[in-house]
Amino acid sequence: MASAAIYARLEKVFEDVFDEKIHLTPTTTADDVEDWDSLEHITLIAAVEREFGMKFKMGEISTMKNVGEMADIVEERATR
Amino acid sequence: MTELQYPFDAAYILKKKKALKKALLQEPVARTPKKIAVLGGSTTSDLVKMLELFLLNAGIEPTFYESEYAQYFQDACFPGEDLKAFQPDIVWIHTTNRNVETYPGITDTPADVDAKFEAEMMRFRTMWTSIQTQFCCPIIQNNFEMPFYRLLGNRDAYDIHGKTHFLRRLNQAFAQAANEMDTLYLNDLCYLAGDYGLSRWTDPEFWTMYKYAMSYEAIPTVAFSVAGIIKSLFGKNKKALALDLDNTLWGGVVGDDGVEGIEIGQETGVAQAYYEFQRYVKELGSLGILLTVCSKNDYENAIAGLSHPEGALRPDDFVLIKANWDPKDRNIAETAAQLNIFPDAFVFADDNPAERAIVQAQLPGIAVPAMDGVENYIRVIDRNAYFEVTSFGEDDLKRGEMYKSNARRSAAQATFADYGAYLESLEMRAVIDDFPSVYLARITQLTNKSNQFNLTTKRYTLAEMEQTAADDRYIRLYGKLVDKFGDNGVVSVVIGQKNGDVLDVILWLMSCRVLKRDMEQAMLDRLVERCRDADIRTIRGYYYPTAKNGMVRELYRTFGFEKIREDDEGNTVWELPVAGYVPQNRVIDVYDNDTFPS
Repeated sequence: MASAAIYARLEKVFEDVFDEKIHLTPTTTADDVEDWDSLEHITLIAAVEREFGMKFKMGEISTMKNVGEMADIVEERATR
Repeated sequence: MTELQYPFDAAYILKKKKALKKALLQEPVARTPKKIAVLGGSTTSDLVKMLELFLLNAGIEPTFYESEYAQYFQDACFPGEDLKAFQPDIVWIHTTNRNVETYPGITDTPADVDAKFEAEMMRFRTMWTSIQTQFCCPIIQNNFEMPFYRLLGNRDAYDIHGKTHFLRRLNQAFAQAANEMDTLYLNDLCYLAGDYGLSRWTDPEFWTMYKYAMSYEAIPTVAFSVAGIIKSLFGKNKKALALDLDNTLWGGVVGDDGVEGIEIGQETGVAQAYYEFQRYVKELGSLGILLTVCSKNDYENAIAGLSHPEGALRPDDFVLIKANWDPKDRNIAETAAQLNIFPDAFVFADDNPAERAIVQAQLPGIAVPAMDGVENYIRVIDRNAYFEVTSFGEDDLKRGEMYKSNARRSAAQATFADYGAYLESLEMRAVIDDFPSVYLARITQLTNKSNQFNLTTKRYTLAEMEQTAADDRYIRLYGKLVDKFGDNGVVSVVIGQKNGDVLDVILWLMSCRVLKRDMEQAMLDRLVERCRDADIRTIRGYYYPTAKNGMVRELYRTFGFEKIREDDEGNTVWELPVAGYVPQNRVIDVYDNDTFPS
């Protein structure tokens, strides 16, 4: 599982995008966040990529099942 | 909001759009509501959200109609009930080179390529005509960005089979169409993409995954450009530029270094950079942007610096020069008052961040670009689209001259003891008559930017004004004023709607540069005349208060109207019987369109 530091930074990105504090766990999904629809997903992905200086692969963006999978990919590829 | 000024952080505003919108909506400013239909050939969701932020920041409160994915052609040509009921004030057709249906094939004959070109143009012309017929509103049309690969390499640009060649040809035809069609405005995607960098602009991943026709972070750039056009169309452009001198218009401090010590001209790289900026400012002046100086300097030093033989600007290029040691916000407020415009119509250009911060804080709504480094001055002013030109008339070219004549009039006024004698001495002549078609663009422009002497603040698009001009339910008057110091151009517009024997005055406005000249009385005299001819018995005037039009709250009373209604918000209704009216203007000779002595 990704480190607490990664989750803390992800929570900050989520807060910026959804304009509210959201507690993230590995099992958090789009269903748990009111405004997290397919359009906001794009904003979120772009913001996460920028925060960590990394890119998701095309296939991953639509197949990640929860925040845990996102955080693991981030941890693996983060350059900052 | 500085986050929404150029150079903005695209990633930041995309990420924080929710919070930014909330903050904008909490600002205590009155905004003009406008309905904008976005007909997209690709995904428009974030484009619309960004456009909303930029428009809110420019004083416009938009509501949007967004076509279903890539339904731009259907919506334009066969609008559904939703779009019909929406009645847009603006239609933006967001198409890109992804929407070109038939590119030339490499084996096409020249005739085949021409046929494909004509088919493509026909599709767009059909949309424009349909929108014009159905909604009679301005259309913003993207032209095409260059393709992201070139099958023929450099030859793509000049071989008729090249996509590059084909897109340039379409862009040329779009430009011609925009020149021929009053209501068509181009959003220059080709320039935007080039400026942004075509490689960064193109993001095949975003196209295949989400059907965005440009990279995610390029979205704010497109929205900002469209917002610039919209704010210009609805009279929200800036009007004046207040310039600092030392290290803004030249390098160094003229008071310390002396005229011979400042950097301006061709001697050094830095001097050339300042010269280029001066030349750019001079060009802005030639567009009718009012140039003023706001500098902490002794007046003599300021004039000496501006008279530097190597400079591009001359003291004469400025309508007003404030060079003293007072706070700059106070100087700008005074300059604004003297020019009869509001401080929020100014752009303040100063290299000193401390001065910028004070002015920004003291004068809400003023634009204060981040002028960091002389080599960046032109870009930061240009890219902010403060002065976006959507219409361009003779009056714009002469505006600086008109304000200077005003200054001479003020000087003349000081030598007369009696104001009436002064007015007589001006030898004023006016045309007051129905709208001639040559002035419709100017009449519309004046209508959309007059805020102070404006009873109803009703705005018109050019298309609406054309309709009004052709409709005999209206009595229309425009006024053009000439005096011995010069031609003031079209300065007043009145539109009344006939309802039986009553004329409802739905629009009455005048340019503030001809205040206290009895021009409004001359307009009223002519209005009463026209009402008599049309068997109108009563003229009914309306005043709707705004943040800016307090000066005309009692206008109808001074005319001799009687107030018949007032509601809680201060909206008032006034009436004047046509019978028994005595003309009020004594100082202006009034003519018809065809009797005016040139």
